[in-house]
This record gives sequence, C-alpha cells and structure tokens, in this order.
Amino acid sequence: MIKGRTSRLLVLAAIWAALIAAPYWMPLFGGYTALGSRVLVLALGAMSVNFLLGFTGTLSFGHAAWFGLGAYGAGFCLKWFALSSPLGLLAGTLLGGIAGTLLGALLVRRRGVYFAMVTIAFGQVFYYIAFQWSSVTGGDDGLRGFSRQPLHLGFTTIDLLNNADAFYYFVLVCFAAAVGLMGFILRSPFGRTMIAIRENERRARFLGIPVELHIWIAFSLSCFFMAFAGALYAELNNFADPRVLHYALSGDFVIMAVMGGMRTFWGPLLGAIVFVVLQDYLSSVTVNWMSFIGILIVLIVLFFPRGILGLIRQRSAA
Amino acid sequence: MNVLEVKNVSKRFGNLVAVRDVSLTVKKGELRAVIGPNGAGKTTFFNLISGFFPPSAGTVIFEDMDVTDLSAQKRVVLGMARTFQITEIFPELSVYENVRIGAESAAGFRLRPWLSAVEKSEIRNLVDETLALCGLTDKAGRLVGELAHGHQRATEIAMALTLRPRLLLLDEPTSGMGDQETYEITQLVRRLHRDSNFTIVLIEHDMRVVFHLADFITVLDQGALLAEGTPKEIEANPAVQAAYLGKAA
Ligand SMILES: Nc1ncnc2c1ncn2[C@@H]1O[C@H](COP(=O)(O)OP(=O)(O)OP(=O)(O)O)[C@@H](O)[C@H]1O
Ligand SMILES: [Mg+2]
Repeated sequence: MIKGRTSRLLVLAAIWAALIAAPYWMPLFGGYTALGSRVLVLALGAMSVNFLLGFTGTLSFGHAAWFGLGAYGAGFCLKWFALSSPLGLLAGTLLGGIAGTLLGALLVRRRGVYFAMVTIAFGQVFYYIAFQWSSVTGGDDGLRGFSRQPLHLGFTTIDLLNNADAFYYFVLVCFAAAVGLMGFILRSPFGRTMIAIRENERRARFLGIPVELHIWIAFSLSCFFMAFAGALYAELNNFADPRVLHYALSGDFVIMAVMGGMRTFWGPLLGAIVFVVLQDYLSSVTVNWMSFIGILIVLIVLFFPRGILGLIRQRSAA
Repeated sequence: MNVLEVKNVSKRFGNLVAVRDVSLTVKKGELRAVIGPNGAGKTTFFNLISGFFPPSAGTVIFEDMDVTDLSAQKRVVLGMARTFQITEIFPELSVYENVRIGAESAAGFRLRPWLSAVEKSEIRNLVDETLALCGLTDKAGRLVGELAHGHQRATEIAMALTLRPRLLLLDEPTSGMGDQETYEITQLVRRLHRDSNFTIVLIEHDMRVVFHLADFITVLDQGALLAEGTPKEIEANPAVQAAYLGKAA
C-alpha cells in the first residue's frame, strides 16, 4: 500500500517536473516551445475524451464538436466582445460545454456503436454550420482577426502573444487546473459510479445508480473539459477553422487515448506526445505521415492492447 | 407484515409464456425458496420482482406500495436488492471498492464530489462490517476478478447487503460451487436470515441447501405455480415429486 503510494507520487512528481522544465529540455531534442503548448492542448483534449471512454466506458467519436465549439467560442469572444485571454477561454468553455450538455441528453440511452454514431453526426452538423455560415465563422477560410491578449495580473502584465515560454506556462497552468479537477472528480463518490458503470452497467443499476443520469453528467463534464481545450487551441493558433470540428480530429483524440492507454489517467498525455511529435516530425519528411502513424497504431493495438502506459505498468508490476 | 406481494404476474416472450399467473406473498423475516426444474421461469420471476423488465400482466407490491411500473433502480432505492445467477460484479476493482460503491450509493452519496471525514468513516465502517459478515476481510485488497468463484459470489452478496435491503433476492447463490464453497455460502445465508433478520427470497437448485434453509418453498414448473408450503409439505407433495424431485433424485 505505502509502497504503491510513494511510487505513484514519484511518477506524478516526474511528470510535472518534465512538463515544467519542458521549454528548457525540449530544444535539446530539436523541439520548440510552441510544440510543447500544442502537445498540452491536444493532450487535454485526449484526456477529456478518455474521461468518458476510459472511466465511464462510453466512446464518443464526435468530441471534436465540443473542442471546435470551444475554439470558435474563444475566437468570437476575442474578436467581438472582450479583449481578454481568460474571458476567451471562459466563453469557449461555456459554449462547447453547454451545447454538449444539451445534446448529451439525447444520447444517454444509446450504447456502444449507436452512441458513437450519434456523436459523429452531432460533430458533422457543427462542422457544416461552421463551413457554410461564412459571414459569422469565416467559412472554409476560418475565423481570423483575433489574437490572444496579454494577461493582466494586477502587479504585472504577461505578454502571452510574443513570449512563447510565457504562453507555454499559461497553457500549463490551465492544463494543470483542468487535469487536477478531472483527477479529483474521478476519486470522488461520483467518479466511482462512473467506473462502476464502465465495469458493469447492470450491477451499477442494481446498486441503485441511475445509469443514464450519471452517463449524462460524465458526458457533460467531459464536454466542458473538451471545450476548454478547444478554447486554448484557438488561443494557441490565433485562428479557428472548421477542421477543429471535424470527426477526423475526434478520431485523433481517440487514437491518442487508445495509443497511450485508455484505462490509465496519464495514458492520453503520453499518446498525445507520441502523436503530436511524430506528426510534427513525419509531416516535415513525408506527406504520407498519416500512414506511418496508422501502422504504429495497428502495432500498438495488436501487441499492447492496453496502450503504451498500460504496457509500462504491466512491466513494472511484474 | 408482508414485505412482498406478487399478484398474478405473467411474462410472455413472443409465443413462450415464461411465467404464467404466479402469485407469492413473503412476510417480514421470512426465508422463501423458489425451486423448479431448468427453464421453469424462476429467474424470469425474479426479473419481474426486481424490475429487470415489466410483467405482461399482474402487479408487484413491495411494502404496501405498488412498484409494478417502477424501474429497477428505483426499486433498489426503496430497499430491494438482488444478486444474479451469473455473478454481476466490477471485475477490475478490488473487493473493497466493489462493496464501497454499494455503500456510497445506499448512503445517498453517489453524486457527491467529496465526503467529509465523518462520512468517509461511516462508509468505511459499513464496508468493513459487511466484509466481515461475508468472510471477505482478508480479501479486501484483492481484485475481485481474480478471486475464486465462491468469493466472487460472496462479494456480490456483500454489495447487495450494503444497500441494507428489506428484501434480498438471491438467484442460485451456490450454483457452480464445490461442496466447501456451497457450505460457506449456505452458512452465510443462514446467518443473514437467523442473526440479521433479513427477508430473503432464494432460488436454489441444491435441495440440501433448500431444505436446510427455507421457511417456505414455492415450486414453479413450466412457468406456473405448482405447489407452495413448508419444506415438509413440499417433500411429501406427489405433484412436486413427479415434476421435480423425482427427476433430481
Ligand atoms: N429475455 C428472454 N427472452 C426470451 N426468452 C427468455 C428470456 N428469459 C428467459 N427466457 C425463457 O424463459 C424460460 C424460463 O427461463 P428462466 O431463465 O426464467 O428459467 P429458470 O427457471 O431460471 O431456469 P434455470 O434453472 O436454468 O436458471 C426459458 O425457456 C427461457 O429460455
Ligand atoms: Mg435461472
């Protein structure tokens, strides 16, 4: 017990130390700070998908919808309403989170493939709206003309736009807050009911847990986290286009989660690192980078069905 | 006082009538056994009582309340708990965690983002007590999916007990067990009945277990009620012997 706990604390300390020091060690391996920010944002998205997939056992294949709404929400806010990075994040989170919560109510009776199909459909609806409604969204060209704003802290002002390291730490603080909240929820009585539903829906029901309500709440929370990630993504790129809503991106998030290990909390972070770094490297070498990532996924799923982190855990347990 | 009154329930699956016009009354503190040959409709009858699916006809009354139209989950909240013929547990969680989920749900904590120290210790005490009652204390930290069949069944019973049910439905708790495991589960059910005063309805194939435990026995055959009475009456009943005991012996 004690031993398991110390080793878990050590792993946690190692993860946070690596993330905090990233701007200093990444350049040694040919990385750059903006890539680190991108990893964090997409990892948050993958962890949000996994909040639902890995811990409630429910696969959403349209989570880019909430990510994309978060991105557009942040963009709209920064472009038209308020020149503030935190308010942009708030606006995006609320837009995607509330939309996900409302539409999620229609989903909770679906299971498995049917659940996944309906989530894809929702995602595509938003994709076509963003694509067609160019007077508001900029259509295919995307939403432009906004940028993240300096952060006023009262005693000082931080330039997030031009200082890549400062923005990285801004993203890291957001990431830490969201991930900390996720971990907190998963360790709560409510979080345990999510895991109960994943493990055995029938048993959960016969312990007096209203399964549909709990799936709905878990789905909604996951949408808020996802939208928060999307809003960060818009501020990362100072741009949002319809691809942030597309199911291809939903698929990328699922891939990151599965590749890293969906039964683990930190697996999707690892999956996102591998995915984003490979994408960044391979796409500069070959236009066929997706097929290499595809082969890697097939290998991982075939040989390490529990993902990279699942494998590491098994090894260290043995 | 009657804990359970089932009145003339039937269940059809297409052309098959799995349960035909069966009634049953269970008094507080009673241990009732439901027996019958394979396919007699025993599990289906349990499913109707527990709300797994609605009956095609008839009513189910639990503690003077008509629950026929209530969902399974609502019936659990009212105080009806069950186990399944094929064990339903959370295989990748420890025994302790399995039982804790039941305890937290029963305490009304299922939506809570956190618990106070007092609430936590209440839950811990309930879980520890229940584990002790079911003989699982030394298994608390083990993954339930890795345990022997008998301990998995005991865990399922423990989960049901954390709900502090006023009616406990057990579907063949000793099925697929060796003699030692059967003995242990039988002793557990006996303790629950004699010492803790649970009202229990039990489906059971093993006649030794049934005659050892039951106050009253209900016999189903081909979906219909064949006989009802004390173990002595059932043993002496010619129709039961013909339909069931004759074949089993
Ligand atoms: N969901 C269902 N759909 C269709 N038929 C069903 C269903 N559940 C049960 N049956 C049928 O109803 C009949 C009674 O089944 P049930 O499982 O209730 O019997 P049982 O008495 O519990 O048998 P056993 O002793 O084998 O557990 C069987 O013929 C079975 O095939
Ligand atoms: Mg049965």
